[in-house]
Amino acid sequence: METFDMSLVDWSRAQFALTAIYHWIFVPLTLGLSFIIAFMHTKYYKTGSEKWKHTTKFWMKLFGINFAIGVATGIILEFEFGTNWSNYSWFVGDIFGAPLAIEGIMAFFLESTFIAIMFFGWNRVSKKFHMLSSWFVAIGSNLSALWILVANAWMQNPVGMRFNPDTARNEMVNFAEILFSPTAIYKFLHTISNGYVVASLFVIGISAWFILKGRHLEFAKRSILVAAVFGLFSSIFVVITGDSSAHDVAKTQPMKFAAMEGIYEGGEGVGLTTIGIVTPGKRYDNNKNDFVFALKAPKMLSFLANRNSNSFVPGINDLIDGNKDHNIIPISERMEFGKLAINAFREYNNSEDAEVKEGALKTLNENYQHFGYGYLPDKMAAIPNVPITFYSFHLMVGLGCFFIVLFGVFLFFSIKQKTESKRGWLKLAVWSIPLGFLASELGWIVAEVGRQPWTIQDILPTMISTSHLSTSSVQVTFWAFAALFTVLLIAEIKIMLHQIKSGPKNMED
Amino acid sequence: MSHLALQQYWWIIISLLGSFLVFLMFVQGGQTLVSQLAKTGTERKILFNSIGRRWDVTFTTLVTFGGAFFASFPLFYSTSFGGAYWVWMLILFSFIIQAVSYEYRTKPKNFLGEKTYNTFLFINGLVATVLLGIAVGTFFTGSDFSVDRLRLTETGNNVISQWKGPAHGLEAALNLTNLCLGLAIFTLSRILGALYFINNIDNKVIVHKASQLLKLCSIAFLVFFLLFTGLILTREGFAVNPVTREVYMENYKYLHNLIQMPVVLVIFLLGVVGVLAGIYIGAFKKSGKGIWFAGAGTILTVFSIFLLAGFNNTAFYPSTYDLQSSLTIQNASSGKYTLTVMSYVSLLVPFVIAYIWYSWKSLNKKKINEEDISNDDMAY
Ligand code: HDD
Ligand code: HEM
Ligand code: HEM
Repeated sequence: METFDMSLVDWSRAQFALTAIYHWIFVPLTLGLSFIIAFMHTKYYKTGSEKWKHTTKFWMKLFGINFAIGVATGIILEFEFGTNWSNYSWFVGDIFGAPLAIEGIMAFFLESTFIAIMFFGWNRVSKKFHMLSSWFVAIGSNLSALWILVANAWMQNPVGMRFNPDTARNEMVNFAEILFSPTAIYKFLHTISNGYVVASLFVIGISAWFILKGRHLEFAKRSILVAAVFGLFSSIFVVITGDSSAHDVAKTQPMKFAAMEGIYEGGEGVGLTTIGIVTPGKRYDNNKNDFVFALKAPKMLSFLANRNSNSFVPGINDLIDGNKDHNIIPISERMEFGKLAINAFREYNNSEDAEVKEGALKTLNENYQHFGYGYLPDKMAAIPNVPITFYSFHLMVGLGCFFIVLFGVFLFFSIKQKTESKRGWLKLAVWSIPLGFLASELGWIVAEVGRQPWTIQDILPTMISTSHLSTSSVQVTFWAFAALFTVLLIAEIKIMLHQIKSGPKNMED
Repeated sequence: MSHLALQQYWWIIISLLGSFLVFLMFVQGGQTLVSQLAKTGTERKILFNSIGRRWDVTFTTLVTFGGAFFASFPLFYSTSFGGAYWVWMLILFSFIIQAVSYEYRTKPKNFLGEKTYNTFLFINGLVATVLLGIAVGTFFTGSDFSVDRLRLTETGNNVISQWKGPAHGLEAALNLTNLCLGLAIFTLSRILGALYFINNIDNKVIVHKASQLLKLCSIAFLVFFLLFTGLILTREGFAVNPVTREVYMENYKYLHNLIQMPVVLVIFLLGVVGVLAGIYIGAFKKSGKGIWFAGAGTILTVFSIFLLAGFNNTAFYPSTYDLQSSLTIQNASSGKYTLTVMSYVSLLVPFVIAYIWYSWKSLNKKKINEEDISNDDMAY
């Protein structure tokens, strides 16, 4: 199968990753800041205090600057499934298109309509309607997260569908199963709460900067209190839902799970690596140790995966070579089954004979769960990039724990009214802004790199998903996006920094 | 509902989304008018703030148009976006630069400078309207692609839907019919933009200039639109045999469609009359009501054009390379189950339209003028 145009696949992947990563710089802030603003706006509505009004307006301005570029980077993703993943769109469009369309109808219109009121409604609509508009924007942005994450979760754990050999595509048979799949629910909860964490870090960090500069102290302390409460709850929730996600991954994507933990040899009562260095050059087919160095929490991984500290967790080797005791089929066999399914699909379509057709259909259905494996060039292709997945995962988890501490400390200072004197912590808060964004991107890298080589788990490999394009076309658009998005990002950061420096308007404290 | 009824229902929804999109492109048209209408920075500010409060809805309509097309006719999404790669990429690039421009153009330290952002808005207004028109033109003129489901089982050449020729969609711009539609949409969006300014802005100089420009654009529009209409009604079209599903060429297919679907003919004529009435009201009476007539007229006209392309056993996305690869609303649609689910979702649409309407009304109670903009610290 060496005739696959690997460079086309790789450039298409690079382009998708680039555009998604850029989009995701802005999205979590939108998800969280919108709620923080809605809360402040409500405070203003209830108290009528000018202080809350200007606090709200300040964060709203930053929100608008971020939102615009979030929208700019989002539109390309919506269409990229068609432009660059044409085969993918053909193969699963019957299912995948629906959440995207619902996202537009339900969420994007809500956001875009009420954002205009939120910004321009100050003296034009009633105070109550204006305040409600802020809530609609927050709800709209979080609804859009719901639908896109349902779509993404379905790729990781394809449920509620059936392959139709006449149309050569998968068709939806149960919408509720797709919407309420545990993968989708955990993903949604985890991702939106990560947005709240990012936004809370953003608000605390900027407020801390004002305090360090001795400016707008009251405004800054007011903002820190709101963000510390919101951030503390959200960061705890992120860990809980992250744990549920990991538990779900262990069930639905065991290979990703093994890569996240960097384990080649599975076993019973496996320990959880808290800190570790993956052995460079370690591969499935050599006998190097998994880690150069690892600090393990005994039996914790088995517990995490199966809620039972003595349970079996498969490693990469078990998944490749199979493990009879635990009913794991070797990849080489799955590749055979996959080829059977692909051939049966062809036979079904080429034959006029009813009996042959029926037999082919039976073979196809029996082996469809292995369909994608029929395309793999060799069994090694089933392994994702282990170091990237491992380090991304561990860094994200570490940062998640750190954020809880940070929010806890700031809440404590806020209550004790001692925030101003804690310069060390204030500086740390400023530096934690980028860490929030980093953790968030790392999460997606775990999710997306870890599921390689699949676009649809077990059913459709990435290399079969592309459009019929020349590599050079995708190279041109890749560089065009890289250049354009970078220029826009620079513009965004410069504008944002200037707005922050000029501080909230009309406020003496 | 039967599968066929659902397919038709969804073609109607797609057509409606497409026609609202063209109407809402008054934002794009407006963007191309600013340099001609404004002499001073303040005038520019008034103009950009007038359409700036609306750009987001146009943008979202485009996104939803894409999403809904994907959900209801995924094989079109797969074929057209992956095939006519360059046309769609250029359209998307033009929207990317639009999305930041309003928010960033007058902000201090905006890196590129106000002029660049204004230019971005002009480019979006030109490129998006012309190319979208060209893309829709191929619904009547066809494209070179081939579809073969069994490629999925071939080694090394797996893509089901493949475009022929290296230009990946740009070749469509060389076709006179497509080009006429592109320029017709461009000039129409300028007409709508001018009418919107007349409706929304309280400034004598701007309104006067807008009504002058309106006349010029209208002449150009009529030329391109009549040429396009004449060309498609006299050309052969891509007909589908309702029994064998075979696609064949039929002389005067689109003329026949108009005659065989008198409702569509009525919608088309009503639409054209609406546009003309709107132009007349705006240009000669200088009344703000023009946008309502021209807007409704645009929606009806575009709606009828979409129906002409997809209904009455017609292939809406024809392939000139391999006739039998052509996409029809029957062979390109989602399955019955998906369409049913999506039909329930579509019940939300009237509700969405209602709140957009309400929110626009509450923002537009008062016309925009200089004082208004200078007192608003959120202004673009
Ligand atoms: C968890 C949340 C989330 C995720 C994973 C994504 N997005 Fe997003 N997206 C949002 C959450 C969001 C948002 C917060 O709702 C934004 C930011 C600005 C906006 O309008 O909505 C947005 C904007 C946005 C826009 C512009 C919408 C508008 O004009 O109103 C589009 C077209 C997309 N996104 C599409 C996508 C696609 C196709 C994605 C898949 C890769 C994707 N987004 C990932
Ligand atoms: C916004 C947050 C996201 C980020 C940062 C992200 C990141 C990435 C990365 C790094 C890759 C490349 C993986 C590789 O090739 O090794 C990728 C691929 C991909 N992702 Fe995402 N992703 C995000 C969201 C999504 C969502 C929500 C979907 C679907 C709804 C999605 C669908 C895809 C597809 C189709 C590919 C290309 C095929 C592939 O390489 O698997 N991504 N993404
Ligand atoms: C102790 C804390 C955490 C745990 C146990 C955890 C666990 C996980 C797991 C297992 C995944 C992969 C899910 C999949 O592959 O589908 C994931 C993804 C992700 N994580 Fe975390 N995470 C934690 C903290 C964080 C933090 C602090 C952030 C950001 C502030 C974050 C943001 C994300 C994002 C955006 C994704 C991708 C979306 C998703 O797949 O759900 N996570 N996380």
